[in-house]
Amino acid sequence: MKNVETEVVTFNNVGLRYGTDREVLSDVSFTLYPGSFYFLTGASGAGKTSLLKLLYLAQRPSRGMISMFGTDVITLPRARLPAFRRRLGVVFQDFRLVPHLSAFDNVALPLRVSGVREADLRKPVADMLEWVGLSHRADAQPATLSGGEQQRVAIARAVIARPDMLVADEPTGNVDPEMALKLLRLFEALNRLGTTVVVATHDVHLLRKVPESLIMRLDKGRLSDPTGALRYPPRREIMPRDDDGIEF
Amino acid sequence: MPWVIAIMVALTVIAAAGGLAMHNLAMEAKNELSGGATVQIVEPSPTERNRQAEAAEILLAQHPAVASLRRVPDAELDRLLEPWLGAGTDGESIPVPALIDLRLRTEATEAELDSMRRLVSAEAPAARIDAQSSWLKPVFSAITSLQWLAIALVVLLGLTSAAAVWLASRSALGANRNTIEVVHLLGGTDSQIARIFQRSIALDATLGGTVGLLLGVGAVMMLGNQFSGLDSGMIAGGGLAGADWLVLAAIPLAGVVIAILTARLTVMTALRRML
Repeated sequence: MKNVETEVVTFNNVGLRYGTDREVLSDVSFTLYPGSFYFLTGASGAGKTSLLKLLYLAQRPSRGMISMFGTDVITLPRARLPAFRRRLGVVFQDFRLVPHLSAFDNVALPLRVSGVREADLRKPVADMLEWVGLSHRADAQPATLSGGEQQRVAIARAVIARPDMLVADEPTGNVDPEMALKLLRLFEALNRLGTTVVVATHDVHLLRKVPESLIMRLDKGRLSDPTGALRYPPRREIMPRDDDGIEF
Repeated sequence: MPWVIAIMVALTVIAAAGGLAMHNLAMEAKNELSGGATVQIVEPSPTERNRQAEAAEILLAQHPAVASLRRVPDAELDRLLEPWLGAGTDGESIPVPALIDLRLRTEATEAELDSMRRLVSAEAPAARIDAQSSWLKPVFSAITSLQWLAIALVVLLGLTSAAAVWLASRSALGANRNTIEVVHLLGGTDSQIARIFQRSIALDATLGGTVGLLLGVGAVMMLGNQFSGLDSGMIAGGGLAGADWLVLAAIPLAGVVIAILTARLTVMTALRRML
């Protein structure tokens, strides 16, 4: 018998369709555990972004059950969802930075939303900007930042509040390999502190950079389990290699 | 947005000032006329008219309801009628009734007036006694209608202001949809997001309300000067008292409150459609 308190997220036969179209996700069932590092892979249109939307509570499924931190979030009153969202960090594929706020204010946003005092947020935000190499652009507005810089601001914003779960949609798509590796190390550091990390990516090379990671693969809206990520207890030792026959 | 609110507040201040002035005018006239009655001696013969007027004066002075009375001198009557009849008229060519102005101890009721009519009927059969307020009944009725019109205008302008804020809020919601979604997904509550809009609308409403109040009060003072220049006793009674100015000063405050509530309602309704 599994202890629900040890589970971060559980999907049970989840299906999702937009309007009257066919389902973009079908019979998706899995459990994410605290402190685990997951890669979500799959071809374009496989349903990765839709699955992530369910994970960061931007969407309700058409069917099935989702529980998060031991609570059924499908039947949860709408007014209680913000408290759950504050436990998540999200890196959106299109960054979604607030255009009229500076890089500093964008990174500070989750802390301000959580009610952290101005005096208490200055140092952590400055440190985070330094970590992603953007101290010198703290006052810059998103429109004046390059794609890579915007992505780093988006990542800094996602991790600043030390979330229980980090959900990242193609977080290294616009940065050079060196910065991609650095950001991945940031995710790993966060993961070691207990944050569950879910990264959706096309980048096969990225998967090999995190030996402890588990892989979930989506194919036409259905989930497969090449590394045993979905088994209980999860199998951690298998990592994909070129000759594993796993197609990404 | 501030200019829309400024115009709305200025119009509301002018309409409210008009309504309050009408109210003051009606109240002052009522107070002045409620205890007054007029005796007219409608008699063509100047000698007989004079005799009946003097007799009526003596009799009415003894009536318990009469506090004081005054025979309006012929010279004063001539002055009053001069604009219509010209100067130099005498009582024979154009018979003008003799007038006695009565001040009563209480309101001029029909029972009191009947009692006075009975008292003078033998000695002054040409006497007609009327309450002064009855002459102005149609005027009071018109003033009351104007007061209601002012109230309706104030309500309509309030609703129009709320509609303007509603449109502005919806437009701002549309323009900032991406930002709202991001704050929402970062765990921002509906109230937190609504507060951002409320603050912005409150600033606009405060600025607009202040400008509107200044414009409205300026217009009211200008109109007040114009009317006081007419030198009419009745219109002079329609000025604004200290409390009235406070009511006018409260209009922009009410505007800010309406704007904030409308913005909150609009934003909260829109946010409820999001998960």
